[in-house]
Amino acid sequence: MRAQTLSEKIFSRKLGQQVRAGQTVLAEVDWILSHDTTTPLAIQSYEKLKQADFHAEKVILVFDHIVPAPHPQGAALHRRIFKFAQEQGISHLHYGEGICHQLLAELGYVTPGALIIGADSHTCTAGAFGAFATGMGSTDIAVAWATGQSWFRVPETIRVEVRGALPAYLGPKDLILQIVKQVGTTGAAYRALEFGGPTIDAFDMPQRMTLCNLAIEMGGKAGLIAADRATLDYLRPRVSAGMYGQTPLQSLYPDPGAHYEQVLGVDATALVPQVALPHGLEETVDVDQVAGLKLDQVFIGTCTNGRFEDFQMAAQILASHTVAPNLRLICTPASREVYLQMIKSGVAETLLRAGALLTNPGCGPCLGRHQGVLAEGERCLSTMNRNFRGRMGSPQAEIYLAGPAVAAASAIKGVISDPREV
Amino acid sequence: MGRAWLFGSNVNTDVITPGRYNLTTDPAEMARFCFCEVRPEFPKQVKPGDFIVAGEHFGSGSSRESAPLAIQACGICAVIAPSFARIFYRNAINVGLALCLTPTQGIQDGDELEWNKERGLIVNLTQGIEFPIEKLPDFVLAIRRAGGIIAYLNQHGSRLPEIK
Repeated sequence: MRAQTLSEKIFSRKLGQQVRAGQTVLAEVDWILSHDTTTPLAIQSYEKLKQADFHAEKVILVFDHIVPAPHPQGAALHRRIFKFAQEQGISHLHYGEGICHQLLAELGYVTPGALIIGADSHTCTAGAFGAFATGMGSTDIAVAWATGQSWFRVPETIRVEVRGALPAYLGPKDLILQIVKQVGTTGAAYRALEFGGPTIDAFDMPQRMTLCNLAIEMGGKAGLIAADRATLDYLRPRVSAGMYGQTPLQSLYPDPGAHYEQVLGVDATALVPQVALPHGLEETVDVDQVAGLKLDQVFIGTCTNGRFEDFQMAAQILASHTVAPNLRLICTPASREVYLQMIKSGVAETLLRAGALLTNPGCGPCLGRHQGVLAEGERCLSTMNRNFRGRMGSPQAEIYLAGPAVAAASAIKGVISDPREV
Repeated sequence: MGRAWLFGSNVNTDVITPGRYNLTTDPAEMARFCFCEVRPEFPKQVKPGDFIVAGEHFGSGSSRESAPLAIQACGICAVIAPSFARIFYRNAINVGLALCLTPTQGIQDGDELEWNKERGLIVNLTQGIEFPIEKLPDFVLAIRRAGGIIAYLNQHGSRLPEIK
């Protein structure tokens, strides 16, 4: 047997024959994900099919992008999805429970070795569990609803080996921004990224999810991490017995000697807090280079950094401080489970007492549609994954990206700040 | 024959169809805000048969299908670029928007272009230069010929194209 990368292994198992990078294959998918802004177009495409099955058991619909609906158009789109879900008998339906990528993990949909497609580019987040998960558009989703299948080109892999422990106040966001800087925003185009090494082995699942979440920001098709004991420990209580599509929970590792197109080594001990400058991830700098820039808004949340551990870090820094005058701190938990953990642990109270605005779970203002859009001339520091022009509202606003520690420190000072100095 | 609308490298889908306008499933409506922030004149002046010419990795970022749908509804004949971001590439093929893989250096904004399908060339009529187009995989061409993946499935008994 030829040594295989995680991607090659997953596709080989799916197809029951050994496949290698570069081959294009037609494969049965395990889960077909879409959300409230991509589902309407998928329905439109599906309804153009003259005759079609519907693989309801594989379908997961999540309302997370604009919940609750901020305007009549959004509400109308939601109604259309609900009607379709009822007609087709879709039972995996989640309204306002959280961001789709977070729910795939929390509700135990994702399992090691699974093949997942989603009408959202950050579907790659699920690769943190040793699954092959990739973003597609609405019509690909409609075709998968009808056929249960999709076509894939088995990607070449870039292996990222990380060594050393992260210094205090640094997190996986600083690490992945540094990796994006090294790989480039198109450097992993059409490829899978495989993250490994002692640092990753020691990461918990939320940290691993932050890494895989940004695979697409390098053009990557998927971001994968081997499924080890930490993966199985996280998933075991979440996977319900007999649930459709559940392959037995097993660890999954790439073979020693697998072929990697490129191997990149990163030393985590040398890292300092990172900030990506507007309007892309091309330019990321050490925090001291932008420290002191005045901010109008700080946003902590999203599928990148909206997990309990992120808010815990923010609360640790914000405890016994208050948010700077004239600055809005918006906190959006990635899910209801995260929200509940924040309440039970006192993290929510710490943030609220500091002056944060705590919204319902979901994508929040990341899409620029509600809950904290930016005006012309405003500057925001956000824990999200994209700072494209106009992403959070006005195209004349600036978005800086960083981890939750930089965000919390900056919210206290009112200017971009180094969390190690607050 | 149509004019070239020149864009840079790594053009993302937030630029093609900004998120805050993305509230419709009607391609004609999407066309009205296509590139509206980086080139406000584009949706007003683009004519059927025109070409979008871009650098590497066109269509990066979000998976939104409004991006190729809006471009298509503007009447764009084909998007010409040396490479495409993969989700955009799939979406364009699926909705029947033509993509031409070819180097685009030297093409100026406003150049008159022609797509010679028989010879597989982009002809720059303004500059008198020809660019060969890289051939796409057969199953992708089959989808394009059908007019998109939905049309393909409707013409082929709901079966996806064979991949060799």
